[in-house]
Amino acid sequence: MSAPAGTAVGLSVPQLEGDDKLCGSAQYIADLHRPGMLHGAILQSPHAHARIRGYDLSAARALPGVRAIVTGDDLDERHRMGAFIKDEPAFAKGKVRYVGEIVAAVAADSEAIAREATRLIHVDYDELPAVVDPAVALAPGAAIIHENSAGYVKVFDAGTDGNLCSRTVFTSGDVDAAWSECDAVVESTFQTQAQAHLSLEPVGALAEIEAGGRITLWSANQSVFRVQASVCESLGLPMTRLRCLTPRVGAGFGNKMEAHVQPVVVLLAMKARRTVRLVLSREEDFETVRARHPFTIRIKTGATRDGTLVAREIELLLDGGAYGDDSPGVLGYALLMQCGPYRIPHVRAHGRVAYTNKLRFGAFRGFGVPQVTFASESQLDELAAQLGIDRIALRRRNMLVPGDPWFGGQAIRSNGLAECLAIVERESGWNTPLPGPSPDAPAGQRLRRGRGIALSAHISGLLASGAIVRLLEDGSVLLNTGAVDIGQGSNTVLTQICAEALQLPVERVAIASPDTDGSPYNWGTTASRVTYVAGRSVVGAAAEIERQLKRHASEMLECSADDLELLPGGKVAIKGVAQKAVSFADISGRAHWATGGPLIGTHSWVFDEKTFDPKRAAALGLPFAQIGVFSFNALAVEVELDEATGQVRVVGAWSACDIGRAINPAMASGQIEGAFVQGMGYALVEEMVWDGARLANPSLMDYKIPTMAELPETLEAYLVESEEPSGPFGAKSVGELGINGVAAAIANAVADAAGVRLRRLPLTGERVLLGLLDAAEKP
Amino acid sequence: MTTTTAPGSTRIELDINGVAADVRAGLSTTLLTVLRDELHLTAAKRGCNQGVCGACTVEIDGVPMRSCLSLAHGCVERPVRTLEGLVETPRIQALQRAFAASGAFQCGFCTPGMLVAAHALLAADPAPDEAAIRRALSGNLCRCTGYARIVAAVQDAATALAAGGAAS
Repeated sequence: MSAPAGTAVGLSVPQLEGDDKLCGSAQYIADLHRPGMLHGAILQSPHAHARIRGYDLSAARALPGVRAIVTGDDLDERHRMGAFIKDEPAFAKGKVRYVGEIVAAVAADSEAIAREATRLIHVDYDELPAVVDPAVALAPGAAIIHENSAGYVKVFDAGTDGNLCSRTVFTSGDVDAAWSECDAVVESTFQTQAQAHLSLEPVGALAEIEAGGRITLWSANQSVFRVQASVCESLGLPMTRLRCLTPRVGAGFGNKMEAHVQPVVVLLAMKARRTVRLVLSREEDFETVRARHPFTIRIKTGATRDGTLVAREIELLLDGGAYGDDSPGVLGYALLMQCGPYRIPHVRAHGRVAYTNKLRFGAFRGFGVPQVTFASESQLDELAAQLGIDRIALRRRNMLVPGDPWFGGQAIRSNGLAECLAIVERESGWNTPLPGPSPDAPAGQRLRRGRGIALSAHISGLLASGAIVRLLEDGSVLLNTGAVDIGQGSNTVLTQICAEALQLPVERVAIASPDTDGSPYNWGTTASRVTYVAGRSVVGAAAEIERQLKRHASEMLECSADDLELLPGGKVAIKGVAQKAVSFADISGRAHWATGGPLIGTHSWVFDEKTFDPKRAAALGLPFAQIGVFSFNALAVEVELDEATGQVRVVGAWSACDIGRAINPAMASGQIEGAFVQGMGYALVEEMVWDGARLANPSLMDYKIPTMAELPETLEAYLVESEEPSGPFGAKSVGELGINGVAAAIANAVADAAGVRLRRLPLTGERVLLGLLDAAEKP
Repeated sequence: MTTTTAPGSTRIELDINGVAADVRAGLSTTLLTVLRDELHLTAAKRGCNQGVCGACTVEIDGVPMRSCLSLAHGCVERPVRTLEGLVETPRIQALQRAFAASGAFQCGFCTPGMLVAAHALLAADPAPDEAAIRRALSGNLCRCTGYARIVAAVQDAATALAAGGAAS
């Protein structure tokens, strides 16, 4: 499928939405206005766990300008949503399960009135004991957060019971017997923190109701189809009643994939019978949407004297928060990916998700892989040290090479990992000496340098996608995929794929905005799937259009369709006879006005390759039976550590990604750079902190993310093109891959600089300094 | 928040992008609220409403300011320029071209504030080095790009402006 000298693929085409975004005219959810629009506001729970006895709405209703109030009394107990476990009402019904949960909402003539009205709502609570620690939640006697969790509808064998949200077990080989073959074994426990997505755009939604009751819903989202499904499930609406659209989206990183305020806003619009827009404040967004899972990781890895990995046991405990959301998927995927891109013959990987009285934890770029990679790559460095083997040599000895399957048995048909590793080893100057500690400063006040490395992988894939390609009357093309561009540039990339497939310049292809009424189904902008999965749909739909074009051309040129080829610029010609050609416009005119009818190419597919080969591995509670193709990353970093403060600064980062084929090299590199800096925040500073059950830092004053001042002096992204045979023009996706190894590589660099291994993220100055002081006290 | 019930709401005249704007504003109403909710000038974004993210940056008296922390009443007789009012200037146009060519934006939510801050920087320092760019823009958060391409784009815009100036 590779086409090296084409019209669009491989070119760094600037993002199609650039003109609007650079003039300030791009419209995000908070920029939309509709005639007669009301403004919404939410009331949040002050309690972590309480039964709702009732509501007194009289004062709120009496406030002039209030048009509708919704509470749990407006919800039906039977209607619940959830990607894996149907455990979540549209908002609190009967009980509140975390501080900040939405309890009620108001639509009013202005946002100020709506907010004032929420303060006049009185909710009668009966407080219950709260559980905020996942281990405590699973211990006997813990307060039960969902009374009937075993009875919830589930889409896979989750094993849900009491506060156990889900459990998954994967095994291959015979791990218990394998330890005796090992010459070195390391075992320890790692702890990771909650990270906020912090899309710069807070979430919001706007719902408009027609007189006949049909609703149109715009929202900040990663999938108009998931929004439609979640709203309809949680409110008991038939899907025919709800049309979902998307304005520009101010980034997602996972927190706009599943529902946020959309069900509340739809219910407000239905009750007010008016258009309602509601946008959360930054603090509300922090407290009510979702965040990256805290993991407790018990991990044990063994190798023989020559550094060959033999056995791995890993046990994960995930804090799932109050509702299942994507937690079962994160657990299953983390367990699938925890070996990293290495051969380990004997593995037992198991874990549990616990319900707690915190906000939902869910999808966040990397989907559990940054956590397990932190633990796994830390242990590889420890094994290398114990065995006296170079860190990179140990990785090279064990890493997957072409022909090796993934853990579980799925075949890998493109693997550029060796080239990724060679690039970052060379470009980072890995084998040159680091500058030593500043010699003139006394011990304890020096700056120390260290290097770290991590290898990781990610899938591109998952679930269903369609595409429709229509030839317009003038011979140009309209592409419609239903995939939401959340800012990463997928509209541009999919347009390039379509243009390339039809040998058109990108200017001759327009892309439709996702619309559940008019777009083919697309599961969502998540799981690094749009370039690969939607891209394959586009290639398929374009091939169908090509077939139709050639059928017309064969009649017009009186030749066999097999003797025809597409020429650049929208022509069909007899092979090798360029002057014997008809244009797309000629064909489209003929089709529209004379014979055949409009040209419409469609393609639908679902990723259906099995994750687990029962001959190689066993699985219990597998949330994704069919997952995707694998992309690979090698990352080297250099850090500077201040002995006096423990502060760590990333000096340089070199990240090489095997993405099959770069459809748009500049955008692909931009994904890798952005993922690195987001991962650097995760590694060094970002942490959501709870004071009891209350989030203590739900603001940008108290939750810090990297700024331009922390940008490393060197940040280099390298694209390795291994040509994935199943991918569109050989491409795999790149959205998440770049974050997976960041915390691991930085932790390894800190250990290299400090001589101290830290097993808890983030590696704040305080923790690093305490680590240094502890090490200094030991003889 | 909208201003309908804001205490002490009065009419004031502001100079927004060179045009006299007659708006209603309470004593606690911010410039950002007036821009977005009264005037429907939505380039300036509400990212945190706390003065941290920089997405609401506008120029007041030629200085980049957080419009979410600037009171509307405090802007009387002080020219306010939002991105919408700067798009015809050579500096913004050079920055826009460089941002597009470098991929210095993704979702675009931080971009209007980033461009206004960069515009003010280039007005004060036509040839900033990398350290000066990092200093001037470190108050504008971006969660998508990782910043490297923004630094490069501002440098490219400065170079292009210098070359353009030399040519004329």
